[in-house]
Amino acid sequence: MEEFTKKYWKDYQKEIADDNFYYERSCIRQSFFPGSEAAFLKILRDILGKNIIDDPNQHTCTGIGYHSDIVPFDTTMTVVARIFSLMKDHGVNNFIPSCVTSFGIFNEVVETWNHSPEEYEKTKLFLKQATGRDFEIPQNISHASDIIYKYRKELKEKMPYRLVNRNTGKPLRVVEHIGCHYSKLFAKKSEGGMEFPKVLVGMIEEWGGEVIDYPERRHCCGFGFRQYLVMANRGYSVANTKKKFESMQPYKPDFIVANCPGCTMFMDRWQYTIAEMEGKTYDDNKMGIPVLTYEEMAGLLLGFNPWDLGLQLHQVQVEPLLDKIGIPYDPKDKYVGKSGNFLGEPEKPENLVTVYGK
Amino acid sequence: MENKKTVLVIGAGPAGISAAKSLANDNISVTVLEKEDTFGGNINNWAKLFPNFKDAGEVKSSLIQNFVNNQNIKIVYNKKVTELKKHNQKWIANTSDGEVFESDAAILSTGFKVFDAQYKEELGYGIYPNVITSVEFEKMYKNGKILTVQGSVPKKIAFLNCVGSRDEKVGNHYCSRICCIAAVKQAIEFKELYPQSEAFIFYMDIRMAGQFYEELYRKSQEKHGVVYIRGRISETSSTIDKKVQIKAEDTLAATPLRMTVDMLVLMIGVEASKSTTILSKQNNIDGPYGFAKSKDIHTADNYSNENGLFLAGSCKRPLTLTETIADGKSAAISVVEYLKQTK
Amino acid sequence: MKNWGFKIPDSRTLDLDKEDLKLYNKIVEKVPSARRCIMCGMCSATCSAANHTNFNFRLVHHKFRMGMFESLASELDKCMLCGKCRMLCPRGVNTRAVIYNMRIILDNMYYKNI
Ligand code: SF4
Ligand code: SF4
Ligand code: SF4
Repeated sequence: MEEFTKKYWKDYQKEIADDNFYYERSCIRQSFFPGSEAAFLKILRDILGKNIIDDPNQHTCTGIGYHSDIVPFDTTMTVVARIFSLMKDHGVNNFIPSCVTSFGIFNEVVETWNHSPEEYEKTKLFLKQATGRDFEIPQNISHASDIIYKYRKELKEKMPYRLVNRNTGKPLRVVEHIGCHYSKLFAKKSEGGMEFPKVLVGMIEEWGGEVIDYPERRHCCGFGFRQYLVMANRGYSVANTKKKFESMQPYKPDFIVANCPGCTMFMDRWQYTIAEMEGKTYDDNKMGIPVLTYEEMAGLLLGFNPWDLGLQLHQVQVEPLLDKIGIPYDPKDKYVGKSGNFLGEPEKPENLVTVYGK
Repeated sequence: MENKKTVLVIGAGPAGISAAKSLANDNISVTVLEKEDTFGGNINNWAKLFPNFKDAGEVKSSLIQNFVNNQNIKIVYNKKVTELKKHNQKWIANTSDGEVFESDAAILSTGFKVFDAQYKEELGYGIYPNVITSVEFEKMYKNGKILTVQGSVPKKIAFLNCVGSRDEKVGNHYCSRICCIAAVKQAIEFKELYPQSEAFIFYMDIRMAGQFYEELYRKSQEKHGVVYIRGRISETSSTIDKKVQIKAEDTLAATPLRMTVDMLVLMIGVEASKSTTILSKQNNIDGPYGFAKSKDIHTADNYSNENGLFLAGSCKRPLTLTETIADGKSAAISVVEYLKQTK
Repeated sequence: MKNWGFKIPDSRTLDLDKEDLKLYNKIVEKVPSARRCIMCGMCSATCSAANHTNFNFRLVHHKFRMGMFESLASELDKCMLCGKCRMLCPRGVNTRAVIYNMRIILDNMYYKNI
């Protein structure tokens, strides 16, 4: 497989900036995977020595509202323009969205401006009238996973752990899932193109893991904005994820890694939903398949404390994975907050096993 | 003694061969420049020909009668023409190895190349080894067996039409004309080899615009039980046992479908060959999609807008072998007309 | 099991690995001309029953061929076996025989226990 993908993949190598970034956080990640963005900043600043702005004034890109037909596109363009104007305040021009939905939004807006200068002029006017601000289009827009991908070799040198099963010595079997809006809106703006994006594969293979090529690999996670926002529609969303789980199950994946907040959340949380609704789980121990963000994956291999990475807030518990890699952790610290106080334990689901019995 | 007229024929495929023979018959001195080390062009890719399953080798043999040992025809192999231009009423061809050929007229018979299926990423050609092209199918069939990479006889095989044709995504809006009938032919060949196996053809339209084509289609259904599914395959992937899973829509029932096959054959389309595009651009006779453009498709189809430069065969558009051979002859007639006018 | 007020729908994808395409061979054995159908719709265009019901012989035949048997039995009840379709079919499909034989198979599948 590899020989050919490499050849064709050359067509889809995009330019990824190398320093002086403005970081646009995701709306939902901080509550679902709270350690991921902190880990990203730490990796960039402390390990790679980059200048990256984490701006307290930043705000939503409107992505979820836009894709749910709540926010009109004119508004989205103006909101995006405001974020770009904040970036201008900081004197940097390489933009990194943390979220794949945002990545899609920013690219869509910039492409619109490039193709329709009148829209660009209109947005300039709107922003000026509303806020008195000016903005510039970033020189480079790369997704946060692009940055980690770009520096995967450098990071590997700093990593005490590998994606290898410590007991068997074999590579861990990893399911990678790419957010639709990473490459399906603009294939050219992705690493590797729409069908076989290389951004996560590159990390996994570099760090010792083996990527599972299962039949529904390219299927959407089911996020779908409107489909999950309305409770009555959620089955539709779950059905997509379920289709993926059923397809990957025979390959016995050790974990799933995704580069999109929505995908990571749904592939994690829907395992609980399916277990509680239908009693089904997709691993041998009824614990589910752990789902990591790429920053969590990188952070773990770099030796970050799993509880600092926020892994205890996942629905599917990660201890079996930590043991496979050989990452030490203290079960007593799992639910201790930053203040050092015990935060209390989450409720136990009926079917999904969340306590790792040793 | 009269001064013998000279004509350069670029490309020794069926069109070039047939044109050269006709010209030689008219006592014109022909030089055929072929970029490969053998003649025949794309005919060499076929085992049997549609619609009558005639052996391609046999057709080639009868085609080259009076071609190879003709005293009026000089064939030069391994000569890739990089430049073709008119100079003082003469046509000058420069080759990649620095040789120069000169003549009173030139025929472009540089033919076609097949579509590179790697561009249709979603079909996984080059990634999943049991996804092959129609050209590879022919090669296997020539050797008498159609086998998966695992070495087993496919229990289920699917053919996908219009790969690289009728597809804006690869820049080819046109129909390649030969792949529908080739799929019917190959499906029958497969079923004759392995009657117990099943064959499926995924299509958008079945275009059977040739004599006996429709009859062959009918026979493939009735006699061989080839199943036709109307819908284009949107994605292939590998199953755990290394079969090919395909997704499509059964458009006749408005239902998405999924199935696993042991082998998928992509019916790759016809594109202008590189030489066709380069040489016609040099002479401002390039048409859409890099094919060469004839002066008038109805009445002067072998003429180009460049005086003394003629077009034969599938350098103009996708043609069947039957049409190509006839078109070579027709080009020769046009050349003779032209040479008479120029004394 | 929990109920949050929504259900997880089954895939509506036609799975040709699972469906029993072999059943169609039984039709073909009896009516070889069935295979020649090119789904042109002339039969369903002229169909007497289709004028007053949503019966579509072409579609029923196609669905049977692809293994989508659900509801076909009751669909076929709408056919009056008038034979008009057979007079027109450009591929000479013995449509009435196709209908008749599909009914035998489907009746056994669906009406057996009534
Ligand atoms: S001949 Fe058939 S397969 Fe080929 S491009 Fe035309 S319609 Fe498609
Ligand atoms: S008229 Fe004949 S060929 Fe046409 S759909 Fe009906 S049965 Fe098939
Ligand atoms: S026989 Fe049945 S399907 Fe055919 S025309 Fe009559 S009612 Fe319609």
